[in-house]
Amino acid sequence: MVYPLFLDDEHEMLRDQIRRFVAEKVHPAADQWEKDGCVPREILREMGELGFLGIRYPEEYGGSAMDTRATVVLAEELGRSTYAGFAITALVHTDMASVHLFNAGSPEQRAAHMADVVAGRKIVAVAVTEPDAGSDVKGIRTTARREGGDFVLNGSKMFITNGVHADLYCVAVKTETGGPASRSVSMILVEKDTPGLSVARVLDKTGWRSSDTAELSFQDCRVPAENLLGAEGQGFYAIMRNFQNERIVLAAMTMGEAQAALDLTLDYVKTRAAFGAPLWSKQAIRQRLAMLSARVAAARAFVYATAARDAAGEEVVKEVSMLKALCGELVNEVMYDCVQFHGGTGYMRGTTIERMARDARVQSIGGGATEVMLEEVAKRL
Amino acid sequence: MKVLVPVKRVIDYNVKVRVKADGSGVDLANVKMSMNPFDEIAVEEAIRLKEEGVASEVVAVSIGVKQAQETLRTALAMGADRAILIVAADDVHTDIEPLAVAKLLAAVVKEEEPGLVLAGKQAIDNDMNATGQMLSALLGWSQATFASEVTIEGDHALVTREVDGGLQTIKAKMPCIVTVDLRLNEPRYASLPNIMKAKKKPLDEKTPDDYGVDVSPRLSIVKTAEPPTRKAGVKVGSVDELITKLKDEAGVI
Ligand SMILES: Cc1cc2nc3c(=O)[nH]c(=O)nc-3n(C[C@H](O)[C@H](O)[C@H](O)COP(=O)(O)OP(=O)(O)OC[C@H]3O[C@@H](n4cnc5c(N)ncnc54)[C@H](O)[C@@H]3O)c2cc1C
Ligand SMILES: Cc1cc2nc3c(=O)[nH]c(=O)nc-3n(C[C@H](O)[C@H](O)[C@H](O)COP(=O)(O)OP(=O)(O)OC[C@H]3O[C@@H](n4cnc5c(N)ncnc54)[C@H](O)[C@@H]3O)c2cc1C
Repeated sequence: MVYPLFLDDEHEMLRDQIRRFVAEKVHPAADQWEKDGCVPREILREMGELGFLGIRYPEEYGGSAMDTRATVVLAEELGRSTYAGFAITALVHTDMASVHLFNAGSPEQRAAHMADVVAGRKIVAVAVTEPDAGSDVKGIRTTARREGGDFVLNGSKMFITNGVHADLYCVAVKTETGGPASRSVSMILVEKDTPGLSVARVLDKTGWRSSDTAELSFQDCRVPAENLLGAEGQGFYAIMRNFQNERIVLAAMTMGEAQAALDLTLDYVKTRAAFGAPLWSKQAIRQRLAMLSARVAAARAFVYATAARDAAGEEVVKEVSMLKALCGELVNEVMYDCVQFHGGTGYMRGTTIERMARDARVQSIGGGATEVMLEEVAKRL
Repeated sequence: MKVLVPVKRVIDYNVKVRVKADGSGVDLANVKMSMNPFDEIAVEEAIRLKEEGVASEVVAVSIGVKQAQETLRTALAMGADRAILIVAADDVHTDIEPLAVAKLLAAVVKEEEPGLVLAGKQAIDNDMNATGQMLSALLGWSQATFASEVTIEGDHALVTREVDGGLQTIKAKMPCIVTVDLRLNEPRYASLPNIMKAKKKPLDEKTPDDYGVDVSPRLSIVKTAEPPTRKAGVKVGSVDELITKLKDEAGVI
């Protein structure tokens, strides 16, 4: 349904196209992707052809130069697909990883890769988290040492989405700049198959099973110094800026997931009979679903309002942190109740709600854990 | 050759339709609307004719409320060259009847002089299946309805039609009106760059007065009713049980 306060016709047209794509290309195939542990490249390329991977990027790279609102439509609709593993594969590429390349990249770096990124020919991953540093980004230990005209990377990266199959990795490293930790982080672009970069482990996850996740190892991995993204020592600030977008996108994605779960649970309780009537006839059930629907509608409106303000150039760090905390928890509450109202069925592998509940769990952890987000909010109260 | 494609804004086929409390029709307030699926097929066919070099220009036209602009933008995003919107109603619940639509289309045809009108065989809201046929009568043009294949050969169109129990191929003299069926083609997606480009394509806004057509209704809706709700089913444990129930309880085998 249209959201005239925040959206224009073209946003709804985009939504229609994504919905159709999800119905025709994702729903019939994605159970297999869940088994395979990744989304086929062909699908990502098709999304590229339809312009879904270049929403915000300039037309010269095949993008559509739209703003945060359109991104939020994409994230919400992909979340609504019920296959969050598929959704995150695309959204990490478009809004969490390639943003490092685009925002900090030089004209040459952009020219070398952005058209392929927008077309889905090159898939991007972002590698910040390490086995010993997650929420605490400044605590990373992967190093990049200058040697002549090169950087030599050593260390390991953990939980990296698209990490197994990416073509380009935006890697957070410490360089020898001296000074405080916040001034010694840099981002470096590493291409697939660079000697010294390897997938140490393909990680086996609770949910997001159609998303490939890796532990990466860098052992004397040598890349030309031109692969530095942005200025040396500015990586921490770049990461924090890009996290803002990542978090709005995750919030939108979770509200798509939550709405889809509520929709399918409504259908379920209206047809499932117990004690002589549909479950829907029990106030205990319908009031809980009514309240959850209200909370999701409120959070969704907050997502769109924040996206619109972000698009208008306002500073919305507090709101984005609120959203990430709020939506990451809310989606889990919704899933809990939706599984509950499916009874034993909701606990069985193969049911949509069972998969969705597993998928949702990470949303209060990844991309800024709830507790860390709440500290960001508290600082600004 | 110019191709004219009428497109209608209808309730989206995914929406669970609700009848208004007073029975006067279906509730359309805050409901998702889309292009009539048969019209999408007509737009696709027109664009393919253009890509094959058979058509030179594709003009989409919609008659209805102002919001039908969105429907026309979709046609433009798919590849139509320009659009005409005839604003003939203010209330989204007002449906312009086939004869009025046909008269307006006939007036547009006189002005635009297309060589072919490609229309959907019917709109999925009212299932009238009348507009194309009425337009053909008003213009005195040949018509080919329910097309599952369209080929233009010089001054004729070869149209395969889906009829009861099979296919029929007819030869229609151009200019003509073809109404399209479900299996003619699979409409393309509107890519995001094309959605953005569509914003810059021309969209003319007109009123029925511009064409001197009276759109006031000739039919009155007596009653609209929901289909009876399905009764709850039962789950059976085995094929044997199913057979027993079909025999003994349902009495169908
Ligand atoms: C499936 C998946 C995909 C991922 N994809 C990527 C990726 O593509 N790229 C990438 O770089 N990373 C990725 N991550 C990593 C993710 O961003 C981190 O898991 C997240 O930042 C949390 O870090 P951590 O796991 O090290 O937990 P920790 O930082 O160890 O936190 C553990 C717990 O302590 C709490 N905590 C931490 N600090 C505080 C504090 N100051 N106050 C109160 N509580 C606190 C946290 O909220 C959390 O509950 C992914 C993770 C997962 C699970
Ligand atoms: C792993 C597993 C093992 C099991 N093992 C066994 C077993 O060994 N033997 C066996 O017989 N069964 C077994 N069960 C079945 C289990 O007891 C049922 O799943 C449980 O009784 C719920 O029934 P249901 O799944 O049909 O849900 P439903 O009865 O359909 O209930 C669905 C939802 O509606 C709610 N609800 C139902 N009625 C009302 C009401 N009147 N008012 C408000 N809310 C209501 C329920 O609380 C639930 O949230 C097992 C189930 C699981 C998941």
